Amino acid sequence: MFFLKKRRFVLDLERHPRLKEFNFSFGKIMKNPLSVTGLSLIFIFFTIAVFAPLIAPPPKPQEPFRIPHEGYSVVPKPPGPGHPFGTTTKQYDIFYGVIWGTRTAFRIGFMVVGSILVIGIALGSISGYFGGIVDEVIMRIVDIFMALPLLILAMAIVTALGRSLDNIMKSLIIVGWPIYARTIRGSILTIREEDFVKAAQAQGAGTLRIIFKHVLPNAIYPVLILASLDIGAMVLTAAALSFLGLGAQEGYADWGQMVSLARNYIVGPQGQPLLYWYVVTIPGLFILFFVLGWNLLGDALRDIFDPKMRRK
Amino acid sequence: MEGHLIEIRDLKTYYPIRGGVIGRAKNFVRAVDEVSLFLRRGECLGLVGESGCGKTTLGKTILQLEKATAGQILLDLSGKLQDITALRGKRLKRLREKLQIVFQDPSTSLNPRMLVKNIIGEALAIHHLARGRERITHVSGLLKAVGLNEDHLMRYPHEFSGGQRQRIAIARALATNPDFIILDEPTSALDVSVQAQILNLLIDLKNELNLTYLFITHHLLVVEHVSDRIAVMYLGKLVELSKTSDLFRRAFHPYTIALLSAIPIPDPDMQRERIILTGDVPDPIDPPTGCRFHPRCAFAETLCREVEPQLEDVGGGHLVACHRREAVAKKYGIEV
Amino acid sequence: MQPILDIEKLEVNFYTYEGVVQAIDEISFTLEDGDTLGVVGETGCGKSVAVLSILRLILPPGRIESGKILYNTAGSSYDLVQKSEEFMRELRGNDVSMIFQEAGNALNPVLTIGEQVSESFLLHRQGELCESVLKNIDEKMEVSGSAPFIQLARRRYGRKLNKARGNLLRDRRYGCLLRREAVRWSVDLLRSLGIPNPEQVVKRYPHELSGGMQQRVVISMALACNPAVLIADEPTSNLDVTIQAQILRLIEDLKERYHSSILFITHDLGVVSEIADKVIVLYAGTLVEFSKVRELFKKPLHPYTKALLHSVPRLGSRERLESIRGNVPNLIDPPSGCRFHPRCPYVMDICRERKPQLYRGPGGDEHHLVACFLYR
Repeated sequence: MFFLKKRRFVLDLERHPRLKEFNFSFGKIMKNPLSVTGLSLIFIFFTIAVFAPLIAPPPKPQEPFRIPHEGYSVVPKPPGPGHPFGTTTKQYDIFYGVIWGTRTAFRIGFMVVGSILVIGIALGSISGYFGGIVDEVIMRIVDIFMALPLLILAMAIVTALGRSLDNIMKSLIIVGWPIYARTIRGSILTIREEDFVKAAQAQGAGTLRIIFKHVLPNAIYPVLILASLDIGAMVLTAAALSFLGLGAQEGYADWGQMVSLARNYIVGPQGQPLLYWYVVTIPGLFILFFVLGWNLLGDALRDIFDPKMRRK
Repeated sequence: MEGHLIEIRDLKTYYPIRGGVIGRAKNFVRAVDEVSLFLRRGECLGLVGESGCGKTTLGKTILQLEKATAGQILLDLSGKLQDITALRGKRLKRLREKLQIVFQDPSTSLNPRMLVKNIIGEALAIHHLARGRERITHVSGLLKAVGLNEDHLMRYPHEFSGGQRQRIAIARALATNPDFIILDEPTSALDVSVQAQILNLLIDLKNELNLTYLFITHHLLVVEHVSDRIAVMYLGKLVELSKTSDLFRRAFHPYTIALLSAIPIPDPDMQRERIILTGDVPDPIDPPTGCRFHPRCAFAETLCREVEPQLEDVGGGHLVACHRREAVAKKYGIEV
Repeated sequence: MQPILDIEKLEVNFYTYEGVVQAIDEISFTLEDGDTLGVVGETGCGKSVAVLSILRLILPPGRIESGKILYNTAGSSYDLVQKSEEFMRELRGNDVSMIFQEAGNALNPVLTIGEQVSESFLLHRQGELCESVLKNIDEKMEVSGSAPFIQLARRRYGRKLNKARGNLLRDRRYGCLLRREAVRWSVDLLRSLGIPNPEQVVKRYPHELSGGMQQRVVISMALACNPAVLIADEPTSNLDVTIQAQILRLIEDLKERYHSSILFITHDLGVVSEIADKVIVLYAGTLVEFSKVRELFKKPLHPYTKALLHSVPRLGSRERLESIRGNVPNLIDPPSGCRFHPRCPYVMDICRERKPQLYRGPGGDEHHLVACFLYR
């Protein structure tokens, strides 16, 4: 009854069975220390993202994602007054960058995963439910898309359309949806043979009703787990692509972009290899904990949804 | 015919076995092979047989959950018999109000993510029979009719025991006021004491609401308790059909006799001569020629291997499909 | 005569996330040598747990809390609860065997039938296998005559075989011969069980056989080493009625041939009346009645047994079936005193407070025991 106690509502759980179910799942998450960690991490990042304007006020309110820089000196400066995390090449403020980078990370994660969820579920459901030739055709399309190499595709898109975060998101979406279609198709193949689907057919339910009310709500779990794990993975991949120079413009508040800026200063001069540790470590740690949080949450979701672990 | 709610004529349901790259049908599983039956209004017809005999497929075909390959299913909707295999679209949907099914396993026949209220009320929504307050009243009424109560409306299936879930499934089947309910092994997945409750409930409902049942099961004692007539199927074919009391007193078909003698009776004093059949139930893909039972039949002769026996009336509506029924009758001392 | 199995006050608990499930609450019963004891009860009554404890196959979070399971053989008595895991491994499949409900699940889908049936022989009968192999070689030698150096080789061979017995299965040269011999034995065994074409069957995989055939294979695996006790956990519940009849007849034949004692679990009262000599009835982890089979059906004593018998449809009668009001209790929080008291039509105050002991039925018959205060 975790969140209910906090709210001090007298909610009759018996009358709100969905709430009861949610509470039960929530309780389960809370009992597992790893999932609590994951949730807390995500919650912290979420707070940072929401309060970014307060934590790191943008000098130019219309372009908050432009990291402020004083001067053009290429040598990074260590953390100090005015720059809590130091500055990176060309004097971009690391603190500002990672704070606003959180918003970018969420944007990448949600938009990419959101899109591939929609595309993957739509195509996978049609394929799985109707079977036959439709299934064959869609699966071959899936095969083709799965064969596309991410890096080359990203480079091609960037060359054609220009270097921006949106364009790497596009390439991530193009390469990312096939697995969702496959996964949900697999679930649906099992679910559609279940008796309750046949019962719905026997009652005269139309195809749409069956898909949306009966098949999807039961088939969607593996895909949700995949999605939560993918949010972190997408951010990681986007950071890698940015590091390679395909992503956001220089000076854009994006974690990958920041590591890219620091390319020449990953290792310091002879005898002082860790002199510029902050330029890579700090954005790196943000990436690490963000991805870790989503991975732990994904694991927790998988444990909750596993029918054997549920009650009875 | 007068008083017949359903007439099934020469029904065939074959499943194609596809092979090759294009997926052309190479062979067929002859699940239901030319079966003809009728049911009168208000009666309970038991359909028995072992696995692979086609009884479940027959039930599903009647419900149009499987497509009939050939033959007709005539249902008495509003006065005259209509072939429902030809129905499509809206008329098929309307048919579904009159024809319902209760499945075997209550843990898989209810959508685990749906509230009981919606499970039962779904049919009302689909056929626009009631909405809002009216629907809730109707659903509560159904719950009471099956021995549950209003508290159970807002719960999920997994919160109930097996017997209770089956009651929910029965309430769901009753939602649209059907005339005919197919019961596919409704008590096989339940414990013995729960089975008794559900059987009593089914009998009560049939009497109160003047329902017609097709009771599919492999459990002969249960079917004897509940049915007016019993049909025995073997490998897609109907081998015997008669009034319940008649079947147990004088069964003619060797398969029926073996089946009856194989039932374990909970009475240690009843020593019976058991007829143990040899071999396993053969494949419905490639059934034996002639009479399908001949490889396992103690009475089989050349005729049985070559010619398929037809159903013939041996008196009082008792139908048997066996060339050797006189010899069988003589051996077991049954009056023909 | 000592009973071959004597279970005294067995208690088994399962420690789950939701609480402690008191699965078995101090049950005691015996299995006489040569008897078939039927174990009857509904879902959740603990019959499977009880027999799995005999073979110590209860895995955590389950635990045998207390009690004794005495296995009496050849003059000695072993408490199976206390014995080491090695002892139990020797026992399983050898002295006490088990067959399960789903034969398909008991067979490994990636091994042939021959490999699986020979497993019992390879585990428990290596000595005899070695001798058998050597005997075969000797016979061949006799026929073809033998020069002195062949005799020498044969002696050496015999010595190596006997010395390396433990590692034989891993040893490629010698292990292979043992395996082949074991498969030959399996063929004989399958034939004796009435399985047609056993030479073909041993090369097949489980999914190629029908349900009845699979169950026969599982039974043969269980009987391979001539166990003294055979535990059958609902072996025919998933089979068609005619196949069930075949399997029951088979079990009866085998019992006579091998002189085993059988513990037969089932929920089907008809099967029990056919196959059992004595019966125990379990309810919610407690033993409620124990008697000879005829007595149980003619004169049931415990209210639960009576209700159970009246809820089964009777041939020829259309009487309304009796049902037991209420539901099977949750074993995490079982009812106090007699676990059946909330549903019992004859409940008295004492039933709520104390657990009934096993009392003798009216007439003092020591072979008819019932756990009910009505018979104190």
